Parts: sequence; C-alpha cells; structure tokens
Amino acid sequence: MPAQPPSLPQFRPVRIELELRKILLGVLALIIAIGLFSGFYTVPVDSVAVVQRFGAYLTTTEPGLHFKMPFGVDSAEIVPVRRQLKLEFGFSTAGATNRYQFTSEAEDERSMVTGDLNAANVEWVVQYGIEDAKNYLFNFNAPEDTLRDISESVVREIVGDRTIDEVLTAGREAMGVEAKSRLETIITNLGLGFRIEGVQLIDVSPPREVRASFDEVNSAKQEREQTVNVARREFNAQVPQAEGEAEKKISIAEGYATKRLNEAEGDTGRFNALLAEYSKAPDVTRRRLYLETMNEILPTLQNKVILDDKASNVLPFLPLQQARPAPAAQQ
Amino acid sequence: MKAIATTFGIFALILVLIVLNASLYTVDMREQVIITQFSQVIGKPITEPGLHWKTPFIQKVNRFPKQVLEWDGPVATMTTGEKLFIEVDCFARWRISDPLVFFQKLTDLRTAQSRLDTFIGGATRDVVAAHDFIEMVRSTKDRKPVIDPSIAADRTGSTIGTLPAIKIGREKMERLILEKAKPTVVSLGVELLDVRFKRINLTSGISASTYQRMISEREQIAERYRSEGKGEAAKILGNRDRELNRIESEAYKKIQEIEGAADAKATELYAKAYNQTPEAAELFEFLKSMDTLKKTITPDTTAVFTTDGDLMGYLKSANPRKKDDGLGSLKGIPGLPSLLEVK
Repeated sequence: MPAQPPSLPQFRPVRIELELRKILLGVLALIIAIGLFSGFYTVPVDSVAVVQRFGAYLTTTEPGLHFKMPFGVDSAEIVPVRRQLKLEFGFSTAGATNRYQFTSEAEDERSMVTGDLNAANVEWVVQYGIEDAKNYLFNFNAPEDTLRDISESVVREIVGDRTIDEVLTAGREAMGVEAKSRLETIITNLGLGFRIEGVQLIDVSPPREVRASFDEVNSAKQEREQTVNVARREFNAQVPQAEGEAEKKISIAEGYATKRLNEAEGDTGRFNALLAEYSKAPDVTRRRLYLETMNEILPTLQNKVILDDKASNVLPFLPLQQARPAPAAQQ
Repeated sequence: MKAIATTFGIFALILVLIVLNASLYTVDMREQVIITQFSQVIGKPITEPGLHWKTPFIQKVNRFPKQVLEWDGPVATMTTGEKLFIEVDCFARWRISDPLVFFQKLTDLRTAQSRLDTFIGGATRDVVAAHDFIEMVRSTKDRKPVIDPSIAADRTGSTIGTLPAIKIGREKMERLILEKAKPTVVSLGVELLDVRFKRINLTSGISASTYQRMISEREQIAERYRSEGKGEAAKILGNRDRELNRIESEAYKKIQEIEGAADAKATELYAKAYNQTPEAAELFEFLKSMDTLKKTITPDTTAVFTTDGDLMGYLKSANPRKKDDGLGSLKGIPGLPSLLEVK
C-alpha cells in the first residue's frame, strides 16, 4: 500500500459536512422563525379575520393576536365588520376613506323621473356595514358595486311610484324608510353580507331649469295668505267698531226712552197737580192763565194795531210792507 | 460518503418540492377550476375549495370566479312604445354556471361582459320598445298618491298630483327582460340571475319639453293660489258688509222699538192725564193753546186787535164782559180770529 497521502485533505469533507449541517440547521431555524413570525397576525378591534386553509374556509377569528399556519397554508383576510360605512349618491363629501363612498357620476345619480313623469333631483345616503364577513368575501365579486347599483334601483323605484309633489314635500322620510326595508330584503335574499343601517334622502329638489316655477308656487301661496290677511284686516277694522257704535246708538235710544218717560211722568204729574187746583176754581184760574200769557206776549210786540170794533175794512191800509218784504200776506 | 448522501438528500428534497409544487394546487372559496392538458380539458370542473392534485408540468390550472358577478351595462338610448327616446342604464347579476362551456366559448371575463352587453342590451331594447315609458317608471299598480289638499282643490280636471295608470310596471318589465335574455346566455355557460333598471332618463331634448310642462303646471297652481286668495278676500269683505248691515239695521230696529215703546208709554201717560175728565181735557187744550201762543207770537209779529176782544175791551169799558155771557168770550180767545200773524 502506498503511503497514505497526508491526512490533512481528509479533514476537508468532514469540515464541509459539519458546515453543511450547520448551514442546514441555520436555514431550518431561520425558516421556522420566519414561519412562526409570519404565522402571527393581529385582528383590529373593529374587524374579524376570515381564515382559509388552502383556499377553503376554515374559521373566522375575533379581534386580538392569532396564529395561522405559515407558508401559504393558511391565509387570513381582515374584514371591518364593526365599522359603519356610507355610500353617497348624487353628491360627495370630501375626505372619504371608503373608496366606494361616491362615484364621479353624481349628476346622473341624482336625476330621476317621478311617477307623474316629472323630473326630480334626489340626493341620498346609504349607511351600511358588513354583517357576515364570510358572505361578504365569498358570494359576490363586487359587493359594494352591487350594493350601489341596487340602492340606485330601489330609490328610483320608490320615486317612480310617487308624484313630484309627494317626492318634494311630505314623503321624504317615509321614502327613506321604505328604501331601507326594500334594500334590506334584497340584500338578505342575495346573501350579500351587508346590513343596512339607514337610508336618508338628503336633498330632494326640482331640476334647476324649473326651480323658479316651484318657487313661484310657494310665493303665490304666501300671496294668497297675504291677500286674505288684508281682507281680514279690513273686516277687523270695521266690524267690531260698528258693533260698538250700534251699542252706543242703542244706549242713546234707551236714554231717550228714559228721558221721554220721565218727562211724560213729570208733565202729567204737574198737570194733575194743576188740574186739582183748577178744578176748585176753573173760571178764575183759566182767566188768570190767559191774562198771564197775554201779559207775557203782548209787551214784546213791536207792531200793534188796535181797532175799534165798529171800524171795519182797515186791513188794506195797514203798512204791511213796512214790516217785512214778505212774499205774501197770509190771512 | 455522508456528505454525498446529504447532498443527494438535499437535491432530492428540492426535486420533491418542485414536483409537489407543480402537482398540488389550491382552489379558493371564490374560484372554480378547470384542468387542461395541452389545451384539452381534463375531467370535471373543480369547485370544491382546498388542496388538489394534478399531473405536474403537463396539466394547467384555469381559474374562473365562482361568485355572483356584476354586469353593469352601458347607457343606451332606446325607444319606448310611444316612440319616446330614453336613456336606459341596466345592471345584472350573473355567474358562470358551466365553466367548461364558458371556458370553451368565452375564454375570459372581458369577452363575457361584451357578450352580455349584446344579449341583455338586445332583450332590454325589445321589451322597452313594446311598452310605454310609464311602465318602466312606476311599480305599484294600485298605489293612490297622497294628494296635497291645495292641489286636490283643482277643479279644471287637471291631472297634477295623480299617477298615470300602468299595466305591468317596472318589476314585471325587469322580469320580461330577464326571461328574454336568460335563455340566450345559457349556451355560453352563463346563468343570468336578474336584470334591473338602474337609471332611466329622458333624453335631453325631451327633458326640455318636460321642463316646459312642469313650469306650466306650476304656474297654473300658482295662479290658482292667487285667485283663491282673492276669492277668499272677497268672501271676507262680503261678510264684512253683511255684518255691518246686520249690525246697523239691528241697532236701528232696536232703537225704533225702544223709542217707540217709550213714545207709546209717554203718549199713554199723557192721554190718561189729559183725558181723565172733560175738565182735564179742557184744561189741557187751554194750556196747550197758551203755550202755542207764547211760541207763535214773536216780537216782530204785527198784531191787530179790536176792542171787541176780551182784553182790549177794557180800553173802551171797565166792564166789557157784561156784553157777553163771560165764558163765551173766553171761548173765542183761543181761536184768536183777531190776531193776524205776518211772517
């Protein structure tokens, strides 16, 4: 046997083997470590996680720290089930975090046809949340888009069954309630995985082109009230006053009546008293009264003509003109 | 030797991993899979989610959605039964019911969407053309609208506030479209679940005339409000006049009654007093005559007396009455034939 070559080279495989083992161990440890770390996941408070193993549904986990099988065996999808989400139709508020909240088609979304074939603009909001994470993830490929489309369809259905006046005035709240219940029925039947928390009609208005005529109706309503009020004012200005004045006249008449009666009583009382005395000496009393009267009258007369009873036909000679330019002498 | 074994082991492991990777595949909850081998479909579609085997390297996995899919149709101008141009925007839900057929005929979703555009669009066009516009707008046949009382007050036979009658309504229309479109897509491996109208609007030209009509409707209502106001005002003013007349005439009537009663009572009192005896009547007549004399004879009266009279008789005699029987001459006094009034 030839002499063995120096043993030094023989060490090499051993060294390689040792290093390979070390490397393998190291790699294995690394893989396990990475696997362990990547297996941990956290579910936020407002969400749940749907866990799938090789694509098949495994379980739904609640908020907290959880472990899943690494290396693509398990996958966890976070679904924010406790978050209230909002869809806006016909308008958009800035700063939305939900990318489905509004679309760029606001103008088209809000214009609708009412049941009496008038046009109306309706803006509304659908508040919703994810009810069933599993249904939400697996049943529809675009659940939010579907919800948006159904919302538009339902609101138009409701508006289409009402007159423009119903849509514009009283029915707004009732329409929201009805939209909510119809929407709920449809999405429950479909298994869309959503819950509807509310539908609110934010703004209902006639199209811009006809708004002035609607305003005119309102102002005509005001005008009507105003005209009626003016007439009422006229009524109120006159009737109560007339009533008072009528009462005043009646009071005056009552005063007159009292006065008349009192005077009559006074007159007759006086007459009766006079009569009693007169009865005692009628002739003298009569003569006295006569002479008293004459006494009173005659001195005041300015033109007195006294004729002898034998003289007659002197009347024509009287200076009548002197007295006054009378139109005619009266016999 | 150990090293070689280890190296071989590592290679073997890697090889096994590669083969496993090529022959194992997962199917998601949302997917269904068709296995093809050199473009030949092998076996049935796999719809069960989980881990599955296939022949490595030569078999290919083709994935298709298992979920309900959304078809959002393009806005299309269509003609209604009454030849009205409207813009219709529909949406539908569908799913791949037969992935094999789907795979063979349509290959991918984009093609499917465009085919659905054609089929659903055509069915919609047909159904829309066979019905009036109102059928697409309204749903509930017997719904009675709540009419605002101020609008219901219209007496010109206006239809404002009422809903035009429908024969079938929106939901039935949607069902008709679905019934028409559904059989046409079955051959594509597609199941159409529903078709709904999303938006229906009048084309802009018709909108303008609709606006004109709406404006005239409102103007008509506004005019009636004004007229109602004036009418109501006239009623109130008429009422006012009636009230004024009533109040005044009632007062007049009452005044006449009160005064008349008082006059009657006074007359009665006077009559009773003056008529109690012939003597009283005589006295009253005398007193009244004296009173009248006082009032009638004013300072500017020219009086002609004769000495024949009672008083002036004294101018001729101290005892003029002796000629008469006394009372007779007295009786002549009230008549006063000798007194002449000149006014």
